[in-house]
Amino acid sequence: MLKIRNIEAGYGSIKVLRKVSLHVNPGEIVTIIGANGAGKTTLLRTISGLLRPWSGEIKFNGEDITRTPTERIVRLGCALVPEGRQVFSTMTVRENLMLGATVRFGKDRREDIERDIEWIYDLFPRLAERETQLAGTLSGGEQQMLAIGRALMAKPELLLLDEPSMGLAPTIVKEIFNYIVRLREELGLTVLLVEQNARSALKVSDRAYVIETGRIMLEGRSEDLMQNRDVQRAYLGRDLDREFV
Amino acid sequence: MPLVFCIIFDCIMNIELFFQYVAAGVTYGFIYAIVAIGFNIIYNTTGIINFAQGEFVMLGSMTAITLNAFMPLSLAIVLSVLITMLVGAVMEILFFRWLESPSVLRMIIITIGLSIIIREIALAIWGENVRALPYFTGNEVSSVSFAGVHISPQVLWVVGICSVMVVGLQVFFKYFRYGRQMRACAANREVARLCGINTKNMVTLSFVLSAGIGALAGCVVSPITYSQYNMGVPLAIKGFTVAILGGLGNSMAAVAGGLLLGILESFSVWVMPSAYKDAIAISIMLLILFFRPAGLFGRKEEFSLKEF
Repeated sequence: MLKIRNIEAGYGSIKVLRKVSLHVNPGEIVTIIGANGAGKTTLLRTISGLLRPWSGEIKFNGEDITRTPTERIVRLGCALVPEGRQVFSTMTVRENLMLGATVRFGKDRREDIERDIEWIYDLFPRLAERETQLAGTLSGGEQQMLAIGRALMAKPELLLLDEPSMGLAPTIVKEIFNYIVRLREELGLTVLLVEQNARSALKVSDRAYVIETGRIMLEGRSEDLMQNRDVQRAYLGRDLDREFV
Repeated sequence: MPLVFCIIFDCIMNIELFFQYVAAGVTYGFIYAIVAIGFNIIYNTTGIINFAQGEFVMLGSMTAITLNAFMPLSLAIVLSVLITMLVGAVMEILFFRWLESPSVLRMIIITIGLSIIIREIALAIWGENVRALPYFTGNEVSSVSFAGVHISPQVLWVVGICSVMVVGLQVFFKYFRYGRQMRACAANREVARLCGINTKNMVTLSFVLSAGIGALAGCVVSPITYSQYNMGVPLAIKGFTVAILGGLGNSMAAVAGGLLLGILESFSVWVMPSAYKDAIAISIMLLILFFRPAGLFGRKEEFSLKEF
């Protein structure tokens, strides 16, 4: 579904991504784990067209989207939930969801869009309660749900999630990850997830990539990576020195 | 202090004159408010001050005056508003749209250049003559009486049409799809793009919209203030004063700021020569920029996050 080959990108003269290649198959949940500044967010920004790559190639459903503008990529069915949620805080929950459906106006009927808003409310009942509230007044977890709901309103095939657990309480993080699994089961949604919270992310995903200083260092099935000693030490907090091998 | 008492005393003695001044102040106030809202619309989507805003007002009224020679007044006004909107769109498409992440300063300089070019073109087309649209109802001497105060019917036109514009814009931004998208674009340009909003089109739309309301304001005010190729300059300065007086980006505050400036100006004539009228606006602008750069109604934190 998504194929990235030898992408290089950065800001100004600083190169952040170095020859990154990865792929996501339909129906998969794929995780990219890595530390701060490894290039995770840059990678997602590049895929969604907010950042022009310097070189390399990105293909979505066979179509080259390397230089396609963001709004067109969303229209093709690839939506990003940005880091730190970034809901439109001075607008109501409902207005936020309507804005998410922008690409569908003129294509789908109004009733279909209304029905999908109801569907989002069924999925996240807490948003329904706060329908007319300003998004900025929601709690962090609710804002994350709204940000995901807003992206879903575009009816994407591929959802890119940038650190959905950022700044959220552990129970809420668990809830959000449960939603991600549920979305795959109910909609057959494909998900590319970027996370610092490696343990939770590896648990819900099928495959994973480890990114370090802009390079893909490891890739494999999530269960395998969870058993990998380097991954355990660097990302899962296992202290091998004290375990006496 | 004695000056203030003097004014108050005068007012009591001369209640009719007092309301006459209020009416004049409100008329100008609404025009300033419309120009300021034009500034705000473009500021919100692009982060720049469009110094050609006053030129939209001038183009609207001058075009309507020319067209009025061939067709009825209402049709001339509608056409001139449409033509000015087209000018706004062309301006944005030719000079801004293709720029790759331009700096705010660069875009502002472009608008200053454009305002000079438009003014010169207007001078070439219309010359230096002072012209005016006819009064919408009645003529120069007809008046409507309100509790002993005589007001020109055109004042009611100005107040009426400008109020409708202000309310209409609020409704547009709140309930219409494109209005909502423009607000999204103003709130967070990048996330707006992630929602699939074509932010470049929204910027064009913001130029079209402010050109349209500027042109309409220019038409309704033309019978009272007259029109000339360079009428846009003082309007732009005062509109800008009003925009920062209220706090950039806030339309309702612009209305309050506009009325405040309009009334202050008209009462200034009471106590000092009318030649100083324009100095009032400039002084207020400087005071605000020195002491309350976020505007009377603006929030400090919000202002500190803005780019300039």
